[in-house]
Amino acid sequence: MEAALRAIYTVWYRETLRLLREKTRLIGMIGQPLLYLLVVGQGISAAMGFRGVPAEIPLNYVQFMYPGVLAMSVLFTSVFSGISIIWDREFGFLKEVLVAPVPRWATALGKVLGGSTVAMAQACILLCLAPIARVPLDLLMVLKLLGILLLISLALTSFGVAIASHMQTMEGFQMIMNFLVMPLFFLSGAMFPLHSAPPWMAFLMRLDPLTYGVDALRGVIYAGADPRVTAFLVRYDLVTNLSVLLLVTAALVALGTWSFSRQD
Amino acid sequence: MRAVIEVDKLKKVFQSIVAVDGISFEVKEGEIFGFLGPNGAGKSTTIKILCTLLRPTSGRALLAGFDVVREPDTVRRSIGIVFQENSLDDRLTAAENLYLHGLLYGLPRRLLKQRMEEVLEMVDLAARQKDLVRNFSGGMRRRLEIARGLLHHPRILFLDEPTIGLDPQTRKAIWEYIHGLRREKNITIFMTTHYMEEAENCDRIAIIDHGRIQALDTPANLKQRLGGDVLIVTPADGADLAPLIAARYGLEPQPVEEGLRLQVADGAAFILQLAADFRGRIKSISLRRPTLDDVFLSLTGRAIREEKVSAADRMHLSPRGHLRRRH
Repeated sequence: MEAALRAIYTVWYRETLRLLREKTRLIGMIGQPLLYLLVVGQGISAAMGFRGVPAEIPLNYVQFMYPGVLAMSVLFTSVFSGISIIWDREFGFLKEVLVAPVPRWATALGKVLGGSTVAMAQACILLCLAPIARVPLDLLMVLKLLGILLLISLALTSFGVAIASHMQTMEGFQMIMNFLVMPLFFLSGAMFPLHSAPPWMAFLMRLDPLTYGVDALRGVIYAGADPRVTAFLVRYDLVTNLSVLLLVTAALVALGTWSFSRQD
Repeated sequence: MRAVIEVDKLKKVFQSIVAVDGISFEVKEGEIFGFLGPNGAGKSTTIKILCTLLRPTSGRALLAGFDVVREPDTVRRSIGIVFQENSLDDRLTAAENLYLHGLLYGLPRRLLKQRMEEVLEMVDLAARQKDLVRNFSGGMRRRLEIARGLLHHPRILFLDEPTIGLDPQTRKAIWEYIHGLRREKNITIFMTTHYMEEAENCDRIAIIDHGRIQALDTPANLKQRLGGDVLIVTPADGADLAPLIAARYGLEPQPVEEGLRLQVADGAAFILQLAADFRGRIKSISLRRPTLDDVFLSLTGRAIREEKVSAADRMHLSPRGHLRRRH
């Protein structure tokens, strides 16, 4: 057990060290979510308004989208971090860890925690940008949001590690992006609400675990808002959302560590 | 002296390919033991089994008395490994790479700091320890990897092609470190190589081909066993001397790049005879003592040629070459 903790800590520490070493990477990482928030969000909202919303409800599209962008940035960073275990395996560091007297599952878990740390650092920066989206937050809300984002990030980094365990090279990467990661994002309700989607899509959206994450984020952000806003934006109650998230996270962490420890 | 590596009828089969075909050998404490053979001979597979990265199909291997299959963790603590490919984190500094290694092996912090200084000193990298590894040359990286492999004071150090892709000068320097290590720490070194000159540095060599050990002895004995001298005969243009030489002297000329290779008991005397018998049909004859290359050739009928192997290495490496980390 002591060896396992050592491995978890070492792999996590290395990930954090690299993050601190490359501060530009952090800034680079928030470029994409910022682009979505400022350009895509403003653009869509200017061109089409926010048609789903009843006329008397004071809510613009960027406000609606903000929790989705939080989830998106965590989604991409987490999956990338998880998959980057392939680079580690091909180009170095991991080789060294794999011959150390430590269990493999612990190595995978360290990678998951490291990837989540990076994703959370990014999430913190985005939370600071909430005023730009005119989303009012207080400290308690921030803590709750971070908790939900951490669950999402643990689940998705593990998902990345699981994928990486079945990939030998980066060649399948584009496939994974197009057929797994992008659909997870688009079907999560980050960009458009669940209730105005056509039935077939609404069905798929209910299958997407990220839907419950995004919904939980909106639930926290709009907890004190006009009940009509809450009714319009939030689909499930927090307990349902958290239960689904917890289950999915536990399953994916188990899958990720298991996949990684059984590969040759 | 007790053997520190004991391998008994070790076999590894991948689907239908027999990579290692029932090899047995022992390595004594403090010995520099070399596995010499072309790529695909089974060297890397053997090293992976000994390092507990691969399970053997059958047979047994004990390292420092521990079974690689049943006690992998104890084995891992007893060995240090320098991989063929780079295994450093090049975004971190030399010191950080060592530090992470020490953490993984559970060295207490103070001891770790002390050992880091010790090994960095040994490989002459103390002054560069705060530099990022990405700015290091190939030789410096290799030295750092050797330093890292020694950090937890292993009894056996595995070196998989330790000087591949390095210039001759760096290669020589690395060998000086390796010899120094053995002198100072009595560490056992198990290495693979396909460089003949490098194999000369080993106390004993196992020549491996097609997953089997073809010969195992000291470099001097291997060469001596071959006996006599090696002649390289370059025929004049167009002359096909091989069948004639074979018929006249009962030798087996082997075609090599420069012409024909002959192995004879007394080279100097034979040159005179050969020159007289084939006057005008020979461009040149050269004489030399047998090298390990000759030993390999006589055992397997093929030469290990550096250029061929390095071309194969390039092919092996290039598909990964374009995979650079994006940020």
